[in-house]
Amino acid sequence: MSLLSVKDLHVSVDDKEILNGLNLDVNPGEVHAVMGPNGSGKSTLSYVLSGRDGYTVTQGEILFKDMNVLDMEPHERAAVGIYLAFQYPVEIPGVSNLTFLKTALNAVRKARGENELDAINFLKLARNKGEILDMKDELLKRSVNVGFSGGEKKRNEIFQMAMLEPILSILDETDSGLDIDALRIVSDGVNKLRSPERSMIVITHYQRLLNHIIPDFVHVLVDGRFVASGGKELALELEEGGYAKFGGEDNDSEAA
Amino acid sequence: MNTSADTSPVIEEAANREYKYGFVTDIDSEFAPKGLNEDIVRFISDKKGEPSWLLEWRLTAFRQWGAMREPKWAFVDYPEIDFQDAYYYAAPKRDEDKPQSLDEVDPKLLETYEKLGIPLAEQAVLAGVAVDAVFDSVSVATTFKEKLTEAGVVFCPISEAVKTHPELVQKYLGTVVPYADNFYATLNSAVFSDGTFVYVPKGVRCPMELSTYFRINAANTGQFERTLIIADEGSYVSYLEGCTAPMRDENQLHAAVVELIALDDAEIKYSTVQNWYPGDENGRGGIYNFVTKRGVCRGQRAKISWTQVETGSAVTWKYPSCILEGENSVGEFYSVAITNNYQQADTGTKMVHVGKNTTSTIISKGISAGKGQNTYRGLVKALARAENARNFTQCDSLLIGDECGAHTVPYIEVSNPAAQVEHEATTSKISEDQLFYCQQRGLDPEEAVSLIVNGFCKEVLKELPMEFAVEAQKLLGVTLEGSVG
Repeated sequence: MSLLSVKDLHVSVDDKEILNGLNLDVNPGEVHAVMGPNGSGKSTLSYVLSGRDGYTVTQGEILFKDMNVLDMEPHERAAVGIYLAFQYPVEIPGVSNLTFLKTALNAVRKARGENELDAINFLKLARNKGEILDMKDELLKRSVNVGFSGGEKKRNEIFQMAMLEPILSILDETDSGLDIDALRIVSDGVNKLRSPERSMIVITHYQRLLNHIIPDFVHVLVDGRFVASGGKELALELEEGGYAKFGGEDNDSEAA
Repeated sequence: MNTSADTSPVIEEAANREYKYGFVTDIDSEFAPKGLNEDIVRFISDKKGEPSWLLEWRLTAFRQWGAMREPKWAFVDYPEIDFQDAYYYAAPKRDEDKPQSLDEVDPKLLETYEKLGIPLAEQAVLAGVAVDAVFDSVSVATTFKEKLTEAGVVFCPISEAVKTHPELVQKYLGTVVPYADNFYATLNSAVFSDGTFVYVPKGVRCPMELSTYFRINAANTGQFERTLIIADEGSYVSYLEGCTAPMRDENQLHAAVVELIALDDAEIKYSTVQNWYPGDENGRGGIYNFVTKRGVCRGQRAKISWTQVETGSAVTWKYPSCILEGENSVGEFYSVAITNNYQQADTGTKMVHVGKNTTSTIISKGISAGKGQNTYRGLVKALARAENARNFTQCDSLLIGDECGAHTVPYIEVSNPAAQVEHEATTSKISEDQLFYCQQRGLDPEEAVSLIVNGFCKEVLKELPMEFAVEAQKLLGVTLEGSVG
């Protein structure tokens, strides 16, 4: 049984069909890369998996651990272990990163029937995980994403992921806006989280991220469906030939 | 990514939770007859066994009130109040026979406090708080009195202070808010039932937070609290007032007056958590809260700091102010005001710079949800001799949903060329991005809103005494329950 099973998924936004007939199976421990040109539906896939409002599923199903995800609210999906690392992390003024994470972690733990962490144990855990991602104390105490550089925001996304220990992580263009050093820190952080139980969907424009986070599978998303799937070598092929041969327009811009 | 609007449907729904503290304790009240006339004023004064000077003061105020009109300039809308259709005095029956300790207090009354999460004795012991609990109009329990007495601090119901410290009451009562000040203050002067009196002697730092829990309980009984706090030279006192009220259909009138006097080098910190019944989700019922709060820094280097968290009441009309007379004196106003459902708040402050080198700070956070209307109204005034007066004002508004309103009405009057006044204002919405981000991390929508709102209010909440800051944070969440679905 796969961990995640997406069958014949059709999704509309404002009556415009963005995904049409997408299929995807993710087994425990696998890392799947999703590549595709702008407007192919990459971000839509990440939002529909995590349950954002405004994305209407007109056909198909999404099963996560055999649960019908489409019946679940975003926070319920988070509680069962679905995590989205945002392409554009959101600022929350006045709420410290630590307060935010403690609230989130304890909400998730509570939903899973686990004990809530007290302040001392939480801090220990945060320091510990923070080290991996070079998250300085100062960054932990600042308001969530407020005044963070692009790289710091992305690191913060992976730091939160490390804290929440999700089962399925969706990384939405985590590499965009990162310089080489930040890319390495973030990738190292992600790789440390890889395990036989944990799966990931890595959405990216560029092959370079996949040099650091080696995927088990690569899927090419064009016009709302996968037009090709293969091993990691498919990414290299794309890097050379672009999306044109898969029916998509070549487009290097980073805008979503 | 496209989503239908700035605010999610999530936000529009759920304004539907019941007021957690809506219940009525069944205690017989001893009412003055309905209506208001000189006889009622005499009745109240007589009940309290007041000296004649105070009765005369009340009567003067009452006559003045007859010639006054309700102010209409605030951005609030409510049905005409029939002042003759209310009771002006109610006391628990055992008034004559006041309990000497908590054990003697009516168990039903204690139960009420329990329901409010204020186990009186426990809280007093644990938090080191002396509680002068006002139930309806008469104080029924006062704790920690001895410890305060040791320090020379007077902390008692004002009706008692009239008897035990008549010279202080007579010297200061009505000197900050004169009996003819405004319609509601004048009404209060005529019929005030009870309230708190605090005197902190020279050089004394009050050893504990002083706190009074106010509560409206009898149906149709207007509440007219009168509070007078005097900080003598070089003294310090921190006072917290917090209120909750039971659920009612009829609108209830509340018109309190608070007067603060800080002499040379004295500091008064006055914090309010106001959680009166706001009415139901259709705008039925709820407290009308018309409050006059004013402090005067009479001495040099004196400081008065108001912090308020206003979450309740159907209508709030309230402008805690500072008159900065003494040179180098300091005034502060930190405010969080939330309106949900049909609540309306018109609140702010007045900072009047009279003396040289006086400074004031205003931080106001207004939050509107549901169909709530929230107005910041503030005056910063520097008189001609207020050399080098300085003010900094920051007004931020947060909107939840798209049926509510936020308004900012700052008045600035400067008559001294060396005065400096700064004003900053922002208005923002809780974005669907923020909500989704929080939800994706595991918070349910209400936890998410509570967290975001607490972040928005942080600068104000940190001004609250520690033990009340936590309470206030929870209260923000409770108040906004139902503002998202």
